[in-house]
Amino acid sequence: MPSWSLIAAWLPQLVVAAGGTLKLAVFSYVLGVVAGLLIAVAEMSEHRLLSSTCRVYIEFVRATPILTQLFLIYFVLPSVGIALPEFTAAVIALGLHYAAYMAETYRSGIAGVPRGQREAAQAIGMTRTETLRYIVLPQSVRIIVPPMVNSAISLLKDTSVASLIAAPELMLRANDLTSEYYMPMPLYILAGIFYFVMAYPLSLWARRLERLARRGYGAVHSVSR
Amino acid sequence: MSAWWAQLSLFLGVLFNGAIMTAIVTAGSFIVSMVLGVVSAACATSRSPLLRAISSVYVEVFRAVPILTQLFIIYFGLGSIGIKLNPIPAALAGFGLNGGANLTEVFRGGIGAIDRGQTEAALSIGMTPLMALRYIVLPQAFRIVLPSLTNFAIGLLKDTSLASAVAAPELSFNANALVDRTFRSPEIYILLALFYLAMSLPLSALARNLERRSSRGHRA
Amino acid sequence: MAATGAPSLIPPPDSSPASPAPLVRIRGLHKRFGPLEVLRGIDLDVQGGEKVSIIGPSGSGKTTLLRCINYIGRPSEGHVTVSGSLIGEKLAGDHFVALDDRSLARQRAGIGMVFQRFNLFPHLTVLRNIELGPVKVLKIAPAEARERSFGLLQKVGLADKAAAYPEMLSGGQQQRVAIARALAMQPKLMLFDEATSALDPELVGEVLAVIAQLAAEGMTMVLVTHEMQFAEDISDRVIFMDHGKIVEQGPPDQIFHTPVHERTRAFLRAVLDRRAKPL
Repeated sequence: MPSWSLIAAWLPQLVVAAGGTLKLAVFSYVLGVVAGLLIAVAEMSEHRLLSSTCRVYIEFVRATPILTQLFLIYFVLPSVGIALPEFTAAVIALGLHYAAYMAETYRSGIAGVPRGQREAAQAIGMTRTETLRYIVLPQSVRIIVPPMVNSAISLLKDTSVASLIAAPELMLRANDLTSEYYMPMPLYILAGIFYFVMAYPLSLWARRLERLARRGYGAVHSVSR
Repeated sequence: MSAWWAQLSLFLGVLFNGAIMTAIVTAGSFIVSMVLGVVSAACATSRSPLLRAISSVYVEVFRAVPILTQLFIIYFGLGSIGIKLNPIPAALAGFGLNGGANLTEVFRGGIGAIDRGQTEAALSIGMTPLMALRYIVLPQAFRIVLPSLTNFAIGLLKDTSLASAVAAPELSFNANALVDRTFRSPEIYILLALFYLAMSLPLSALARNLERRSSRGHRA
Repeated sequence: MAATGAPSLIPPPDSSPASPAPLVRIRGLHKRFGPLEVLRGIDLDVQGGEKVSIIGPSGSGKTTLLRCINYIGRPSEGHVTVSGSLIGEKLAGDHFVALDDRSLARQRAGIGMVFQRFNLFPHLTVLRNIELGPVKVLKIAPAEARERSFGLLQKVGLADKAAAYPEMLSGGQQQRVAIARALAMQPKLMLFDEATSALDPELVGEVLAVIAQLAAEGMTMVLVTHEMQFAEDISDRVIFMDHGKIVEQGPPDQIFHTPVHERTRAFLRAVLDRRAKPL
């Protein structure tokens, strides 16, 4: 059991590292959301080459481990001239990985809006763009949000993989402290606690969103207890 | 030319051995996860508040902490307090515990999808709640969750790449070892990706097949 | 649920030869779902061999009452005794405690229940549905259980469907299998919870025929039903329930033709108005 003074020495370093984890997670998530949107739109295009390329991309990302993708970006890209620092490589790897999943989420969100909605909108004379903007997209949001929050939680946990290419985040710091102090048990458990504190509130929120999504609009707009 | 071919055979050989180990770790972890998942789901749906709480804590903790951290706690952490596990058993324990927590949700959903009348009928012919679960509810729930189980297996396959961080001689570890020896990272990592593709794509096809069949009729 | 009450709430078994102990004895039964009280104090005896039908409007608590007899539903207050044993609870000193799972299961094995929506096990064949109970619960040898189950299938007229799966059968056939499944446990009492309400009209007859045969063989039955003519034909006693209480009970002749209470009359008028039936 480490002494309290030891833990006190570790904590500030771990907090900073956790900040690095959050920074990594946020950047990657934003990249994923935006890139995912672009991929989803590109996949729906009528340009055959474009949509099949997107399809292949999504299948590739979903069929290989994130660690492999990270290695490809960090170790292999330099051989074609693109040498990235650790943090950037991690953001790109994580972002592009989750972009594939987000693209699928967007797709199922749009597809999840009943066809009748589209038909009703057309029947009152809306154009395709207006239908999308006023009828389909708002309803698809309800379907999309819970998986998006779950993706955020997974992404947060997956930032730990970036430690294996020495990107500045929590697990890396825990590794460094372990080689310094030789106490892996308390250190990694502390790391686990930090992750738990970051991820658990998100998972509670995700569950609440799922419950609301199931109960329908009446529940969302009623006064919450 | 033959030197290139010799090197390629070397790469393929080493990676193939790694792939075998990856398959073994995946299969072993899958079994452990299934057992833990079923037990945990049974606890979660039981009438005992204590069992429900135990399951809940297990699920929440293991789903909020990264697998890598869990692996390090088991391999390095336990190792430092005297419980020295080899990399493979450590990996099986880590992926198994983590997977069990994830499968709890899957099985709970499956159990919850079974009509209450099934349990009532089982109780009415004199089965205990446990017997009802075992003979009536779980067999039916299993059919419902089969597609999710295949998807879980695919995720597990990819997650085992992290076992390389605790020196388990699986695919990613062998690839890294090759890179350390030969410095030819582009070729090796591309091969690595191809190996994973070769292993996961058939599983995905199987998953899609099962999904199609289970939506056609519940006795598919 | 584990009510703290004086043991005298359970009347001592009536052992005089003139009036044998009832097979089912219900005293002071109350059932609440949150603020909603569905059973407001039911006292009921059912003698061995008696056939009792319970009729009444929906929401009257008939099904809730039935489900309390084999403890599929748990009473909020009151006690149920079958064959002299308290169902679902036992006396511990001077108060009642819940019975453990295994003992309760054993009690339920002696009581057969047929559900409105059949609840056959879809992943098992018809024959397996029937023999599962005897094999796993009664621990009867599989070969003997299979033989007996087959016999029961013949009895309900479905011997040729032994290897079929429930989803391939019509509603009437499924319900007949459900009856065979309940009978396989050799119960002393059969509970029918609106056994024909979920059936297409033309399939009702085949199920009623099986129940009638069972009645003729002397099985003690409690039936919750909307089939008024059937209730009149096979019952020894008819109970009319409304708003969680027994309003009136008596021989079918009395209930259906000369009911005493106005509510009974009103209910029968509403029900029988839709059927051109001379009283």
